Amino acid sequence: MNNTFTPGVVPARLGTDELQQNFTDLHAPLSGHEAAVAADRCYFCHDAPCVTACPTDIDIPLFIRQISTGTPEAAATTIFDMNILGGMCARVCPTEDLCEQACVRELAEGKPVEIGRLQRFATDKLMNKGVMPFTRAQATGKKVAVVGAGPAGLSCAHRLAMLGHDVTVYDAMPKAGGLNEYGIAAYKSTGDFAAREVDWLCSIGGIEIKPGFALGNELKIDELVGDFAAVFLAVGLGGVNALGIAGDDKDGVADAVSFIQELRQASDLTTLPVGRNVVVIGGGMTAVDAAVQSKLLGADTVTIAYRRGRDAMSASRYEQDLAASHGVKLLFNVQPKAIHGNGAVAEIELEYTATENGKLTGTGEMIRVLADQVFRAIGQTLATEAGLKLDGRKLAITGAGRTSLAGVWAGGDCAAGGDDLTVTAVAEGRDAAMDIHATLMGSN
Amino acid sequence: MADLTTDFLGIKSPNPFWLASAPPTDKEYNVRRAFEAGWGGVVWKTLGEEGPPVVNVNGPRYGVIYGADRRVLGLNNIELITDRSLEINLEEITRVKKDYPDRALIVSIMVPCEEEAWKAILPRVEATGADGIELNFGCPHGMSERGMGAAVGQVPEYIERVTRWCKQYYSKPVIVKLTPNITDVRKPAAAARRGGADAVSLINTINSITSVNLDTMSPEPSIDGKGTHGGYCGPAVKPIALSMVSEIARAEETAGMPISGIGGITTWRDAAEYITLGCGNVQVCTAAMTYGFKIVQEMISGLSQWMDEKGHTSIDDFMGKAVPNTTDWQYLNLNYVAKAVIDQDACIACGRCYAACEDTSHQAIAMSEDRTFTVIDEECVACNLCVDVCPVEDCITLVQLAPGTVDPRTGKVVEKEYANWTTHPNNPGAVAAE
Ligand SMILES: Cc1cc2nc3c(=O)[nH]c(=O)nc-3n(C[C@H](O)[C@H](O)[C@H](O)COP(=O)(O)OP(=O)(O)OC[C@H]3O[C@@H](n4cnc5c(N)ncnc54)[C@H](O)[C@@H]3O)c2cc1C
Ligand SMILES: Cc1cc2nc3c(=O)[nH]c(=O)nc-3n(C[C@H](O)[C@H](O)[C@H](O)COP(=O)(O)O)c2cc1C
Ligand code: SF4
Ligand code: SF4
Ligand code: SF4
Repeated sequence: MNNTFTPGVVPARLGTDELQQNFTDLHAPLSGHEAAVAADRCYFCHDAPCVTACPTDIDIPLFIRQISTGTPEAAATTIFDMNILGGMCARVCPTEDLCEQACVRELAEGKPVEIGRLQRFATDKLMNKGVMPFTRAQATGKKVAVVGAGPAGLSCAHRLAMLGHDVTVYDAMPKAGGLNEYGIAAYKSTGDFAAREVDWLCSIGGIEIKPGFALGNELKIDELVGDFAAVFLAVGLGGVNALGIAGDDKDGVADAVSFIQELRQASDLTTLPVGRNVVVIGGGMTAVDAAVQSKLLGADTVTIAYRRGRDAMSASRYEQDLAASHGVKLLFNVQPKAIHGNGAVAEIELEYTATENGKLTGTGEMIRVLADQVFRAIGQTLATEAGLKLDGRKLAITGAGRTSLAGVWAGGDCAAGGDDLTVTAVAEGRDAAMDIHATLMGSN
Repeated sequence: MADLTTDFLGIKSPNPFWLASAPPTDKEYNVRRAFEAGWGGVVWKTLGEEGPPVVNVNGPRYGVIYGADRRVLGLNNIELITDRSLEINLEEITRVKKDYPDRALIVSIMVPCEEEAWKAILPRVEATGADGIELNFGCPHGMSERGMGAAVGQVPEYIERVTRWCKQYYSKPVIVKLTPNITDVRKPAAAARRGGADAVSLINTINSITSVNLDTMSPEPSIDGKGTHGGYCGPAVKPIALSMVSEIARAEETAGMPISGIGGITTWRDAAEYITLGCGNVQVCTAAMTYGFKIVQEMISGLSQWMDEKGHTSIDDFMGKAVPNTTDWQYLNLNYVAKAVIDQDACIACGRCYAACEDTSHQAIAMSEDRTFTVIDEECVACNLCVDVCPVEDCITLVQLAPGTVDPRTGKVVEKEYANWTTHPNNPGAVAAE
């Protein structure tokens, strides 16, 4: 039997029970009583700042009031009306940076209304009943292709289906859901919620999901444009940035997203190997998720090494504290220089950094950290350009996701602009759908 | 989805939620925005006679009673009827009605208790195209001292007389708005019916002083060191209004008369309750004044969800459904026996039930050393006090004792048959049971 101190990258550092315990909901669902008390705190603000802060503009005061008055199903409908993935967003949104940060009770008392958990309370109620609150408009006879079944693609597909169009959703992966299925931390989206949500979303009808079709392989952009009235690209960011340092190819060095993907797909967490000493390079949500989950799998020491200071980290203060509370060490102002080890990684060498005139430079001072596993979490990149114009390293868009090619829209992580968040992807998918609809129906 | 359309006295509106005559309906700007927000109808802020309009105080006109977290539970006001000219109001009403033909627009009126005054204003109101009128016999302050409002509403003969004039000089529906500042609300309602009223609406506000400033010794709201009683409304008055509505719905001389329910309506549930007690629609003031027009969205979504769940396809389906179940005390079943039951999983061990029952009720809750609270069936009279004070919903429930079982408190077998006070042996006036 392995334990926390077993050297190397090994599975089953913890027992089944402990692992199960570690990977339950980060934020437990609210009970009816908790929801009533939490909902009671909302002031039903006018032109509420929380709504402005929500990328999908959910009518938060209204849905909370609907919970208060004993109609959580109506509350869920209010949420889904703007954000059909409101169930996932309730679990994964960094609310501390979004709605809850803007809540007037955060300003007044430092204790915002628990919008995220209330959203989960409402959406769970309706989804657990298997009710899809929307029906399709009369068929338009138009066919639209969506490439990528992540939040952006699904949101777009649902809205289009609702408006009466027939939608085919292609995805390169065997399962739909995008990062909801393969990327979100296991303690945020527990069990098979991501898959259930896709099924529920598709229950509106008019959406056909075709897994195993990759743009660039099975699919060509010009063929799609020829076969469909419109195309929506929501391929996310399929590539990962390399470290570009000596030893990057040693055993034990891997992409954080691949590690998380394996974890999310593992049916038995005791089979999942993890290092005794883990170092994660990066400063975003992916880095935090990889670090925390390594710790929860039983790693002894886990370090996040970030090249700038705390304030520059894209993971929120809440996420940083979450990592720290799990025993993850946060190292700031260090950049990777080399990975040492005989075949497999044994140590990572980091150089301290300083910012001079806005430029990050190495100070020359080095440290070495023990590591038998190193995760790269230094950002994802666009892997499917489809010959379209780029804006920086993403697909260039104007308006509600129009690309440089007529009839082709794009949204979510693959498109320029917007934060790389689930909720932003949902908003962009929805808005592109409205624009596609207007274009197809000739009102644009 | 449930159909919320209402037909009240032949006046159609897309939902039963109307704004009551008050500041929310004071002018064209408000009413247009209210309609855009989804309100089914409005009763325009009460119009007065031609000539210089009344004036309002220029200091605070509202007082308030708060619940926890400064939640508005009761609102008091010393505002008068419209302080804008009759002409302007009539012009605005005409314009708004023309633009919103599908919404109900009722004009509230209060002029002196003289035939000429009514004869003068009614044709002008009729010319606006509004759907009906509401007679404000309820305003309890300011106007009543001038012989109007509650001063009329408290004298059934006046109500009857004025209503008759209105039916004579106006062709569309006439609603009589009743004051609760009276001992028996059935009397003015019956008078309205005799006068030919098409409906009654109730309640207007209740005489009240919300608080006294202990530094200045002035009642509040205080105007330059002096205060006066105002009219009370908001959630706190709902029980009073519901009871009055039920009395009118039940009384022989008023039964079947259309009622527009008013008083403390804040959620879809409040509205549904009014409708089950016989109201054809409801009017809202304080909730809109507290939360804004948007609040109607919750009322609409909540009512339609509940109707769908219950299988009601229209408002008529459940209108008045609670009236037959509203009775007099003497007809309540004395053989119905219940006991409080505490759900130990839900209990958070605050001890409020214990304090309430031990100090002020029947000493029927036991508290153990480890703070477990249990009901002593030998003592529990099922008064409901513990249920009412418990902070956790459904933690304590009253459970009926099945007929045939022994009530540990009385040692008697619970009887199956219904029996009330009229036949009870302790009642000196009891009639023998058949
Ligand atoms: C590890 C990790 C954790 C995260 N945690 C959070 C979080 O907690 N909260 C939050 O808000 N956001 C989080 N994010 C960000 C969030 O997941 C993304 O912003 C969001 O999923 C973007 O949605 P999308 O639909 O644009 O792309 P994706 O979710 O990436 O979906 C893209 C889909 O397109 C498919 N695809 C790709 N290329 C092709 C092709 N050529 N042909 C066909 N199909 C293709 C993919 O298989 C995938 O299904 C996290 C991201 C990562 C990586
Ligand atoms: C500030 C204020 C002014 C009011 N003015 C009028 C009025 O002009 N005419 C009238 O009939 N009722 C008036 N009312 C009474 C309301 O129409 C309504 O009957 C009462 O407020 C009860 O409903 P609520 O509990 O929903 O507020 C007024 C109420 C308030 C609070
Ligand atoms: S800001 Fe806070 S209190 Fe105001 S509506 Fe939003 S959740 Fe409610
Ligand atoms: S609510 Fe408006 S009118 Fe009334 S006191 Fe405040 S600012 Fe003045
Ligand atoms: S009042 Fe309710 S929660 Fe408190 S002790 Fe009694 S039963 Fe428990």
